[in-house]
Amino acid sequence: MFAFEFMRHAFAATGIVAILSGLVGYFMVLRGESFAGHALSHVGFAGATGALLVGMPPFWGLMGATVLAGVAMGLGGRGTTQGRDVTIGLVLSCMLGCGLLFLHFLTTSATRATALLFGNVLGVDRSMLGWLLVLGVGCVLAMAALSRPLLFASLQPETAEARGVKLRMVSTIFLAIVAVVTAECVQITGVLLVFALMVGPAATAQRLTATPGWGIVLSVLFAIGAGWGGLALSWWTDCPASFWISALSTGFYLAVGTWRFTGGRESTDET
Amino acid sequence: MNGHDGHGCCGGPPAPASPAMPPVDMAHVTLRIGDRIILSDVGLTVPAGAFVGMLGPNGAGKSSLIRAILGVVPVAAGRISVFGRPVGRGNHDIGYLPQFPARSAPRLDGRSFIAAALHGERWGLPCDWRPGRHRRHDAMEIDRVLDLVGAMHLARRPIDHLSGGERQRLLLAQALLGRPRLLLLDEPLASLDPHRAREVVALVDTIRRQLGIAVLFSTHDLNPLLGVMDRVLYVGRGAARLGTVDEVVTGPVLSALYGMPVEVIRANGRIFVVADGVVQS
Repeated sequence: MFAFEFMRHAFAATGIVAILSGLVGYFMVLRGESFAGHALSHVGFAGATGALLVGMPPFWGLMGATVLAGVAMGLGGRGTTQGRDVTIGLVLSCMLGCGLLFLHFLTTSATRATALLFGNVLGVDRSMLGWLLVLGVGCVLAMAALSRPLLFASLQPETAEARGVKLRMVSTIFLAIVAVVTAECVQITGVLLVFALMVGPAATAQRLTATPGWGIVLSVLFAIGAGWGGLALSWWTDCPASFWISALSTGFYLAVGTWRFTGGRESTDET
Repeated sequence: MNGHDGHGCCGGPPAPASPAMPPVDMAHVTLRIGDRIILSDVGLTVPAGAFVGMLGPNGAGKSSLIRAILGVVPVAAGRISVFGRPVGRGNHDIGYLPQFPARSAPRLDGRSFIAAALHGERWGLPCDWRPGRHRRHDAMEIDRVLDLVGAMHLARRPIDHLSGGERQRLLLAQALLGRPRLLLLDEPLASLDPHRAREVVALVDTIRRQLGIAVLFSTHDLNPLLGVMDRVLYVGRGAARLGTVDEVVTGPVLSALYGMPVEVIRANGRIFVVADGVVQS
């Protein structure tokens, strides 16, 4: 299957996005902000269709909308988005509605909408691959600088604040990174399935290990496994890659849960 | 103990404040949260090495006072100094144990939890991911605080599997990182049964004596602290009163602080504060 250039591009793009999603997703799950990524992708849908409407590349409309929304969420929050599920849910549905309206005015074929909603990993071209790589490297570098105060602020916000961590700034920078990664992830899995790469692998990793270092390593490995496994299965079965990616991601999560429940390594003595 | 040279792995600490200065010194302090006045023109000094129990009715502003000493909440008027220096965030002379958070415990082990707090305010990769010498230095510091609170056996267990008392031990260990000279403990006894509460108080007292540091310990029940604390700080209705238990926990003093008739009943080595017919502690 590597004989075709579009498959090589797809594997490279999925690899880049999986590494990013695994890394950033770990902190999203740790902070209880899983839905932030989901909401951002919906905002991105409105941005992408809006960009199409005015004749701009949809990727940049998507990116612009997610980053703006991420920064707004960070600045508007109290340093954490926990307990704001109603606000996020409302914004999420409103933005999906706006995207639908823009599509209505566009009157283009339904394939564009499907590609945005469910991803089109086989359509990634060389220039898009370049952008994914450049933005991806930027995100990894930003995470390297941010990870220490982010971990501290996520686990012990009161103490972090007393020690001089600027909670709102850390949260805003993190949500901006989440926004960029979400926009990249939409290229692979589409707006509706970003959970599959950003949350599933990270949540699976956190069921397996109790240290952040191993958690991030496992999270990245699960994301790559789901991404590349999904591509390969889609090649052999001729089913959409996004389907297999989301199926594998959920499968990993359930398999690990079952393994632990049936007395794997750790006892489940949660109270 | 090797004094104050062990502030950490990642560079020199600021010059330590003069040891002769009191841990906390407040002069004409007014503290306001929104339009609620927590303290009005309060002056007091916490002496070196003291174990101060802080009491007061719910909502009197015990947490706010602690956060003001940390520099997180600004004072409306007056001056608070910690070891002779004005308050400010990021003071490494202070160890802080926040009130037990309502959010769910993370799926991390105790050691990772404490490691996240070690110089967590700096940019970069977390301390325990760095290579070589720094990492060993950090590991020793984490071992030291775990050992102080007797929580070595908790280090590798996930926090969401620990009891409330065990979690408080880890939080106390975290507060001891960087060798602070003043511990601010905000309601460490909340949600603990009386037996565990006594254990935590005894542990704090042992550590205080061992390290020669001062402790400000807020609680809503003074009985677990009797015989251990050498000062009591009562906060209520904008005023505060610091003194020995016998000086402060009396009917007239507490009546003035609560703004209603208060009776203090001593029985079997315990103290009951009865305000308006309701037993407070």
